[in-house]
Amino acid sequence: MSLNKIKFDKKIVLSFWIILIALIIAAPTILPVFRLNLLGRYLSLSIVALGVDLIWGYTGLLSLGQGIFFALGGYCAAMYLQITSSSEFPNNIPEFFALYGVEKLPFFWEPFRSPFFTFFAIWIIPALVAGLIGFLVFRNRIKGVYFSILTQASLLVFFNFFNGQQKLINGTNGLKTDVTQLFGQMVGSESMQRIFFWITAILVIAAWFFAKWVVKGRFGNILIGIRDDEPRVRFTGYNPVIFKTIIFSIAGGLAGISGALYTVQSGIVSPQFMTVPFSIEMVIWVAVGGRGTLLGAILGAVFINYAKSLVSEALPASWMFIQGGLFILVVTALPEGVLGWIQGDGPRNLLQRFGLKRKIETYPSLEVNNKEGNNE
Amino acid sequence: MELLLDSLFNGVAIGSVLLVAALGLAIVFGLMGVINLAHGELMMLGAYTTYVTQLIFKLPILKPFYNSYIIVSIFLAFIVSGVVGILLEKTIIRKLYGSPLETLLATWGVSLILQQFVRSVPLAYGTGLVISLIIGLFLPTTLPSKIKESINFKYFKFSSWIFAALTGVLTGSLISSSVSKLSRASARNVDVTAPSWMRGQVEIIGTAFPKTRLMIIVITLISVIAITLFLNQSAWGMRIRAVTQNRQMSDCLGISTEKVDIITFGIGSGLAGVAGVAVSLLGSVGPNVGGNYIVGCFMVVVLGGVGNLLGTVLASFGIGIMTDLIGAGRLLSIWPDMPLPLSNTINFFATTSMARVMIFALIVIFLQFKPTGLFPQKGRMVEN
Repeated sequence: MSLNKIKFDKKIVLSFWIILIALIIAAPTILPVFRLNLLGRYLSLSIVALGVDLIWGYTGLLSLGQGIFFALGGYCAAMYLQITSSSEFPNNIPEFFALYGVEKLPFFWEPFRSPFFTFFAIWIIPALVAGLIGFLVFRNRIKGVYFSILTQASLLVFFNFFNGQQKLINGTNGLKTDVTQLFGQMVGSESMQRIFFWITAILVIAAWFFAKWVVKGRFGNILIGIRDDEPRVRFTGYNPVIFKTIIFSIAGGLAGISGALYTVQSGIVSPQFMTVPFSIEMVIWVAVGGRGTLLGAILGAVFINYAKSLVSEALPASWMFIQGGLFILVVTALPEGVLGWIQGDGPRNLLQRFGLKRKIETYPSLEVNNKEGNNE
Repeated sequence: MELLLDSLFNGVAIGSVLLVAALGLAIVFGLMGVINLAHGELMMLGAYTTYVTQLIFKLPILKPFYNSYIIVSIFLAFIVSGVVGILLEKTIIRKLYGSPLETLLATWGVSLILQQFVRSVPLAYGTGLVISLIIGLFLPTTLPSKIKESINFKYFKFSSWIFAALTGVLTGSLISSSVSKLSRASARNVDVTAPSWMRGQVEIIGTAFPKTRLMIIVITLISVIAITLFLNQSAWGMRIRAVTQNRQMSDCLGISTEKVDIITFGIGSGLAGVAGVAVSLLGSVGPNVGGNYIVGCFMVVVLGGVGNLLGTVLASFGIGIMTDLIGAGRLLSIWPDMPLPLSNTINFFATTSMARVMIFALIVIFLQFKPTGLFPQKGRMVEN
């Protein structure tokens, strides 16, 4: 990435963390429930954005189908909640089955009775599906735009499947979670939502550290190598297929966790999570935040979604224009994203333009760092 | 036999809409490696052009020619979508050359803007805007070369844009005052009614075919023939083929790749407009009409491979016929007493949405054997 990444003082980093944790603990008391719930949802979306950053920002794979894994995670969580709160309904199966005259629980619902299974299913099932799709595509060296199109097509396939199967998973209507019970409490209740907010915040931070750990070291270097020059990686003796499949299924797993958190906080999971626009939106969060920065993905997801809800409340029609403009602007004018611009040479170039900073002729790392005496 | 013929016809009809829509996409993708996610919205513009043309032909002056409006609208749709495409190429896509993924995102942004545009701008003024774009882009090129080469050409260009803007506003308000349906913005779907000679059915070998579907097949046939002739017989077609094969070498040999890009993108987008006319005959027209077809078009491009129109043709008819065979459960009616597990499977997939699931699975299986599509481009490059 850029040559002169800003290095922060340890004290600043520490105080940043203290403020952040204080904010997370205090948020439920400061914010009204509605806003807290929104913030919690957007934080859970930032986990899927982290996954997009891993595959797109680091590995150069533009997936337009992350909604599949997001929705799969959501469905796993919702199926568990529905089935454990179905004791008062006929045949001890979720209520909606009665509408379609189904009396026997479809076989794939059975394992979701166990919380233990669900806990793992939420991230393992999406990761496995992602791994399978990824392997079948990468194995044939299908990449670039072809990969994007194929992921979009698989998204549409999953959408059609979930949308059409009323008797298996309630089709278009989706699965509601807000009136279900978890540990004897209503999932939609205020106290539960507060707990979910904290869980989300902790998991966002955990996912961030996990993603940082993934891109660190040789594994991360190979990912960047694949992004920048895949044939060269292959000729040096690495098999890009394995690395791409692994990172794609990691991103899928992250998307699953994100989807589950989003579902319990929004109260419903439906095939709407698998629409084409939603999955492309995930990419724009990362693009605006700054791809290949990880933190940018989180900030981008939270801020753009907040902006979306604010703008949509005030001027419903204009959000599409703004979003469309963002897509165009960010790829033409700001390809590094906001955080990438700040970390890179953006501010320096801006100051240079106004004559506030010395002009640099060669690489900044050579000139500036030598001058300032902190050559690494 | 009759059933088979019926099924084949339906498949060909589905395939021909796909084909005319995917044709432009495939040409542009072959040449520039760019997937245009706004292609569906260019189709939508074509469909709306048909609607506007239809309403304008209902005005008293043009009423006698009402029956021919569909023919006129094919040309108009080609021009409208083509011009919007050229503008897109000149302003955005050219800047992103060499980074196809970024182009994908930018064109998605364009598609969002176009969708919201038809929702919130009255169609009359939209028409005015398109007219001013057409004049502004083409008026300067029609000037004699003496003016074009002079140093003052930029002033001519500027004044022609002002003239274009004025004409646009004028025609916009003229249309809005004379056709009340176009003067208000609405997100509602609109309907195009086929002229009387296109309604009803034709009987061929004992089977009834709806005329609109036949018309779509005819439109597709003409588009394919025209584009094949253009690519294979004309000078610009030859240049396009050359650039598709090797851009740098063509550039070295003096072909203006910039112009080739503009022309190709214009034609590709124009074909999307023609596809829009076809789509408008099949159902109601709304801001999201393009989205229903676009992924099918992508599948055609993936399956057909780039650089060969035959691949596109075969892929679209293949997908069309398979969609009909699976989606309508026709195998069951052709072979009524097949074993139960098989017939259950076929029934499970016998809806439009489940047919898509099946077809995608088939395409992925196919790509395991031929990853670059039916007719890949020959070459020895590591990277394509």
